[in-house]
Amino acid sequence: MSASQYILELDNVSKIFGSVIALNGVTLRLREGEVHCLLGDNGAGKSTLIKTLAGVHKPTKGEYRVDGKPVLFDSPSQALDKGIATVYQDLALVPLMSVARNFFMGREPIVKRFGIFPVLDHQHMEVTARQKLGEMGIRIRDAEQPIGTMSGGEKQCLAIARAIHFGARVLILDEPTAALGVKQSFNVLKLIHKARERGISVIFITHNVHHAYPIGDSFTLLNRGQSMGTFTKDTITKDEVLDMMAGGAEMQKMMAELDGVHI
Amino acid sequence: MENSVSQPAPAVGGDERVRQLGWFKLLMNKPWFAAAAGSVLVFAVFAITAGSSGMFNLDGIMNWSQVAAYLGIISIGACLLMIAGEFDLSIGSMIGFSGMMVAIPPLYFGWPVWLSVIFAFVVSMAIGWLNGYLVIKTRLPSFIVTLAFLFILRGLTLALAVMFTNQTIVSGVGDIAIKDPLVSSLFHGVIGTGFFEWMAEKGWIATQDGGKPLVAGIPKVIAWWALLGVIASLILAKTRAGNWIFAVGGDANAAKNVGVPVKKVKIALFVFTAFCACLFATLQVCDIGSAAADRGMQKEFEATIAAVIGGTLLTGGYGSVVGSCFGALIFGVVQIGLGYTDVNSDWFRVFVGVMLLVAVIFNNYIRRRATESR
Repeated sequence: MSASQYILELDNVSKIFGSVIALNGVTLRLREGEVHCLLGDNGAGKSTLIKTLAGVHKPTKGEYRVDGKPVLFDSPSQALDKGIATVYQDLALVPLMSVARNFFMGREPIVKRFGIFPVLDHQHMEVTARQKLGEMGIRIRDAEQPIGTMSGGEKQCLAIARAIHFGARVLILDEPTAALGVKQSFNVLKLIHKARERGISVIFITHNVHHAYPIGDSFTLLNRGQSMGTFTKDTITKDEVLDMMAGGAEMQKMMAELDGVHI
Repeated sequence: MENSVSQPAPAVGGDERVRQLGWFKLLMNKPWFAAAAGSVLVFAVFAITAGSSGMFNLDGIMNWSQVAAYLGIISIGACLLMIAGEFDLSIGSMIGFSGMMVAIPPLYFGWPVWLSVIFAFVVSMAIGWLNGYLVIKTRLPSFIVTLAFLFILRGLTLALAVMFTNQTIVSGVGDIAIKDPLVSSLFHGVIGTGFFEWMAEKGWIATQDGGKPLVAGIPKVIAWWALLGVIASLILAKTRAGNWIFAVGGDANAAKNVGVPVKKVKIALFVFTAFCACLFATLQVCDIGSAAADRGMQKEFEATIAAVIGGTLLTGGYGSVVGSCFGALIFGVVQIGLGYTDVNSDWFRVFVGVMLLVAVIFNNYIRRRATESR
């Protein structure tokens, strides 16, 4: 920890798929306990960047450091072991299974029945799922109810609560507000805030500045595979973020074509 | 505490959003409930129409239970595999193929029967593994991969039987099997003879002229069915592996992302299905005393239908072993029961088709109810 003030660093990282340069010399530094927003339009390379952080892709060039030490993950589970948890858009939830079973999916707690038979610790599963969701401000009706009956925001909450429960220090949230309504999006922002209060570092991927700006501590802007820089909140305004995201001049031109339209 | 008597239900201190469900609603949420209710209905119908025919005498009961047990064994395999989101259409052909593997070596190569039984289990489970491996590797629907094996195995059964024995029905293995202590104790005959003799002495069950009970005991296939059913349903409901089976069938991608070994789970279930088919074949060969190239024909469909009647979703992720056992029971009761009535047994398939249709529509309704946001 002493070697670096950053919990997670990408240093001049490029990722090339055949002839496609998905990431070109991107540098990203995540401070401990901050909410770092990763902004970019479609095709900016956000997905590739997340997958590189999550251990799905290895960087073609550049270095990936965790706690100041270079790492080369072979699989997402190795990143998970380091406490880097990614909540993808599909949330990795199974709609037909119960809240408790989803919460512990893949990491089920076991008790020995009659001293020999390893069975699921149903009681622990239900109590923990209910309690952890409660800490996130969601009271579930019944831990045995299928996930499919929950709302989008509640599901998002479950996925985040699950990642935190299983030891996430860094939470990578892939467009968590993309499919949500206004109120539910706000709830997710509250969740991110709660996670930060608990000392968890968050990388919040979005293309919605109105979601990112209120909650973020710093902002990294991606455009066409390149980073346009990282800015702390006190050095940049919301409009500047929006401008840079859309590529300033390019946006001006588009606005000129759409006569009379203002953002 | 005194107050609680006079106060209405919401004051129990729980969450006000938990609606107290009636017992009927609670039962409706169990995947096996419809099949259990169906079984009761079927029993009631036959009790009325064929109650005096001997169908519910001890020998009658053994008769249809045995049919249900054979089907039950393979439907347990089919059910678990279906919950995990895959099909195996090669079950029927595997039964024929395994039967030949049990019967031919003792008769033509002089192997002891126990060795040929082990050989049959090893080879059939290896083929099950290959089925699963191909489905995983090619990412093709298991429907098409195992359809190929339906033909491959049935063809091999015929071709190899003719090659080694020059006939398609291999008989005479039963006499050897009875003499093999291991095989006969595991797969041949009945259990509980002492208990049945005791009941006969007491005069509780029908006897032959010499005082021996008319029904000597419970056929071992029924014991196997019960054993397999109990183990499989405990694994499904109570263990980590069971949770993985549901997860893999519910959403394989989600399961993979949280660290469930999706490929291993699926392949293991293909192997288990093959195991069930081979168990079916071994019991059948020991019972009938022969193997035939056409054994197990259409059993893959019957096993699947039993699982679906039992509440298992065709799309995976939902179902129960108990349900598929009830499904098999309905099958057995109707198939044999029709013989006790004056209804032509040609109607059996019509009945099965209608049952299947009703079950699928009902399951679909249950699934929608379970997954839609409220």
